Amino acid sequence: MNQLLAVIIDGILYSSWLFVIGVGLTLIYGVMRILNVAHGSLYALGAYAGSSLAGYWISHGYPPLGSYAALLVAAILVGLVASPIIERGLLRLVYGKDEVVLVLVTYSVFLILEDLIKLMWGVDPIFVPEPYGLLGSFSVGDLSYPIYSLALVLVSVLAGIGLTYILNYTRQGKILVAVIHDRETAATLGVNVRLVYFLTFTAGAMLAALGGSLTAPTISVQPGIGVEVIVLAFAVVVIGGLGSLGGAALGALIVGMVRSAAVHYVPQVELFSIYVVMALVLIIRPKGLFAVPEARRI
Amino acid sequence: MKRDTTLLIYLPLLVLLLAAGPLLPKWAGFLVNVSLCFGTVVLGMLILMRTGLVSFGQGLYYCLGAYAAGTLDHFFKLSDVPLMILCGTLLSGLVAFGLGFLLARYRDIFFAMLSMAFSMILNGLLVKTSELGSTDGFNVSVHSFAGIALAEQSVRYVTYSTTVTLTVLVGVGVHLYLRSHLGRMAEAVRDNELRLEYMGTSVKRLIHINYVLAAALAGMGGAMMAVTVGHIDPEMAYWTTSGEFVFIAILSGTGSTLAPFLGSTVFETVRSFAYEYSPNTWQMTLGITMLLVILFLPGGLWSMFNRQSGTA
Amino acid sequence: MVKRSLKVTIASAAVALSSLAGTSAQAADVKPIRIGFVTFLSGPAAGPFGVPARIAAEAVVEAINTGKAPAPYNSKGFGGAPIELAIIDEAGGATKQVSEFRNLIERQKVDFVIGYIGSGDCLAIAPVAEELRKLTVFFDCGTPRVFEEGSYKYVFRTRSHATMDAVAAAKYLQERTPGAKTLAGINQNYAYGQDSWNDFSAAMKTLHPEMTTTTSQMPKFGAGQYGAEISTLLQTNSDIIHSSLWGGDLEAFMLQANPRGLFKKGQLVLVAGEPYLHRLGSNIPDGTLIGARGPNGAYAPDVPINRWLKDLYKTRTGLLPNYPAYSATMALLGLKAAYEKAKVAKLGSTIPMGDNKGVKEEMEKAYAQGPSTEDVIAAFEHLTFDSPAGKVRMALGKGHQAVTGTAYGVTKLVNGVVTLTDIKYYAADQVQPPEGASSMDWIKAGMKPQK
Repeated sequence: MNQLLAVIIDGILYSSWLFVIGVGLTLIYGVMRILNVAHGSLYALGAYAGSSLAGYWISHGYPPLGSYAALLVAAILVGLVASPIIERGLLRLVYGKDEVVLVLVTYSVFLILEDLIKLMWGVDPIFVPEPYGLLGSFSVGDLSYPIYSLALVLVSVLAGIGLTYILNYTRQGKILVAVIHDRETAATLGVNVRLVYFLTFTAGAMLAALGGSLTAPTISVQPGIGVEVIVLAFAVVVIGGLGSLGGAALGALIVGMVRSAAVHYVPQVELFSIYVVMALVLIIRPKGLFAVPEARRI
Repeated sequence: MKRDTTLLIYLPLLVLLLAAGPLLPKWAGFLVNVSLCFGTVVLGMLILMRTGLVSFGQGLYYCLGAYAAGTLDHFFKLSDVPLMILCGTLLSGLVAFGLGFLLARYRDIFFAMLSMAFSMILNGLLVKTSELGSTDGFNVSVHSFAGIALAEQSVRYVTYSTTVTLTVLVGVGVHLYLRSHLGRMAEAVRDNELRLEYMGTSVKRLIHINYVLAAALAGMGGAMMAVTVGHIDPEMAYWTTSGEFVFIAILSGTGSTLAPFLGSTVFETVRSFAYEYSPNTWQMTLGITMLLVILFLPGGLWSMFNRQSGTA
Repeated sequence: MVKRSLKVTIASAAVALSSLAGTSAQAADVKPIRIGFVTFLSGPAAGPFGVPARIAAEAVVEAINTGKAPAPYNSKGFGGAPIELAIIDEAGGATKQVSEFRNLIERQKVDFVIGYIGSGDCLAIAPVAEELRKLTVFFDCGTPRVFEEGSYKYVFRTRSHATMDAVAAAKYLQERTPGAKTLAGINQNYAYGQDSWNDFSAAMKTLHPEMTTTTSQMPKFGAGQYGAEISTLLQTNSDIIHSSLWGGDLEAFMLQANPRGLFKKGQLVLVAGEPYLHRLGSNIPDGTLIGARGPNGAYAPDVPINRWLKDLYKTRTGLLPNYPAYSATMALLGLKAAYEKAKVAKLGSTIPMGDNKGVKEEMEKAYAQGPSTEDVIAAFEHLTFDSPAGKVRMALGKGHQAVTGTAYGVTKLVNGVVTLTDIKYYAADQVQPPEGASSMDWIKAGMKPQK
């Protein structure tokens, strides 16, 4: 019984992490039809910026609780800097090209950012653990967990609810949905599609960076962390159905639970359990769990 | 009817590469050899891309082909060049025949993602298998060609000329296939599937055939790579390897069956010199190269030749 | 009689060499020796391994070129010829590395190659080095498979293979935790992690036949999130927890595991824990068993050549060198020792006997030529040389694989600084299989010291 409880808690904690790293990807795909490989680099940028800023904050003896604000600010900064350069500077030039070409464009951005990060931060891992331990821990049975992990759950729930609210209950969100459904018609009706794309990409980039900056205090930020995150985020988002928020949440929950169960019961299969789940889901539901049905065009 | 210039290029190319083999500096010969192996995999992707499909999991077949060749040497001591390549090609084709029933139903990004998932599962299985060296993989050595024992000095040229000959053969084969009735229907699938169905063609079957062909070519490329490089590891099935194939495919363009070989040679050359001259920024160099090609040569490198000659 | 005269010739040649080294190295333009140096410059292995190795290599080369290394390495360059390094990135996997190795030799025209941290890269490069007949020194990879599965003429490895890390840790624990009954592991899911766990659990079971394994966790390389693994380890409540995690993954694991009390009961063993140890601070519990993959770093003997390396590294980085820095230094010094031994031998053999005419010219010619690769190989095989981590003997793999002793110690936090105490040293024959034996068979057969 105790083990089952541990599986569920570990699963939820991991799922919320997966949701935070996946939600920006699904947002950008949903609106712009771009499977953004550079999402992993934005995550890494967020992690580096977050740990640098938080590290600076702490090493200067400011109140430690402020380091959480530093993490948040870092994510916003990354979004504000990266988005104009990537979206306005590059993606704008290739809209309308084949989906695969767009993947390749973002793959190139990923390659460039990987080296850029290395040039800016070097290859030594950055280790700023203070914000992680600050909140203390809580116990379930004989297992104790850091409260910071709970905070991550809170952030992912807030992000999910917030985005759902914006999309469904605000004017801007409805415009966004209009653009998703038919870009041309929306443009004809006077929607500034350019702006919608820019804001979406910025939001997606910030979410990616937020995932990174919130993860930073729990790990040692090292080169290559982006690569690992990309495939995980892909798996989560594809399982749920590309472009669906609820899908991303469900995908994260499934992947998180499966992985947690694998680690507890059959650690031998942990390595590829996620891809088995991904393949199975796609076999049963070819377009993911929450796929939006599309009309076939003759 | 335009004259088919492509076929006229292949024969001189074969003679030229075979003759150049012993004369080229060893590193350049090796670079050509490796590029041709990559090119063969990408040639398979070209068939798929003509059908409107892009696989993010060709690493699956590339890796299977390489491991088929490798296990022949490692466990059965059958290190015979043609046999190894044949087995690699067949195994990949066979697995693709099975998976094809499933994948032929998928399109677009879902086709890409499902093929990636399969490739990552193979990667995971191989990493778990310490008998096959886990992530370290194992070495593949070559001792004979069609039963004839090879002297140590001749191995390099034998693998080189085998690769050259086979790539030219499959290049011509794929070229003829794409010009055949069946091959031309691939493009019809890309343009409008439904219309093709109305005309009584089974799109699923067509995709299945092309999928198996692409996989067999990937397996062949993998097996040739195994005998060329002499080492294989599970990284061959990791998603970044498949990503590289897509990268080369887009870089090359789908204009001609010669394009993949041009693209892979350019890719290998850029990468190799970037390693040498900017060891800290070689990834950036590749990324920028790709962006420049996408922005200024949207049809891939091959479009440079198309504009001049006007043939497709 | 013959033997004695040979000795005399070598001795006189050595004298001639050192006097020539002073003059002709400065006067004549001696062709520099180019060494390809392959190490991780990107990816997760760059920070803890690749870059420290590179920094050490560059610093040591500079010191050697200016003749500032301590004896017996105080002659300039390699026998008077200055050394140049051509550095390339090891990232990208074995296939790419084979291509780059060829390019290094044929385009960059290097005379020797020193390199490779990844075991897969070492396995792939060895036959190619053989094909291209290029003397290649592996400096840091650990897998015993290189010389247990193959036999090479042009390939050397100047550090011990990884078997001793597991064996020495098991022997240390036999004394420290004799009552241990249960064993758990957390290792990265790749070849090194699997080998490390297999060797260690086999060694533990050989020493304690009643030992049981509770769980073997194998998270993905670079996973970063270890929550579920830590819960599992906590629930198994094992006496010993083994891990070969390193670099950023190790830091993340320690950071996540320590606050959850994982190490309150179990004895933690980190076989590759030495790099970055200083950064963990209070995140590493006292009494953790730490390996440095040889008597490197804090375990290195306090001798002049070690103090020299420490100073050299500290002036460049402000830090003390970690074990990959020692490995890189050992490879360079080993090659230098072999090269100069070969040069002396060659000079000895070219001194004309009996006729004094042309002696000076002959010697200068021999000096300018330098030894051939074959000469260096002959000198390198079964060589014993001095290093900052003590004596290195090229004893296994027909004289191509180094053996050294090793050391383990446990951590103790003193004024916020992680220090190592209770250090125990193990002689090479106690922790490494003899020539010809497979590591795993030797472990299972009881780890009998070799002769």
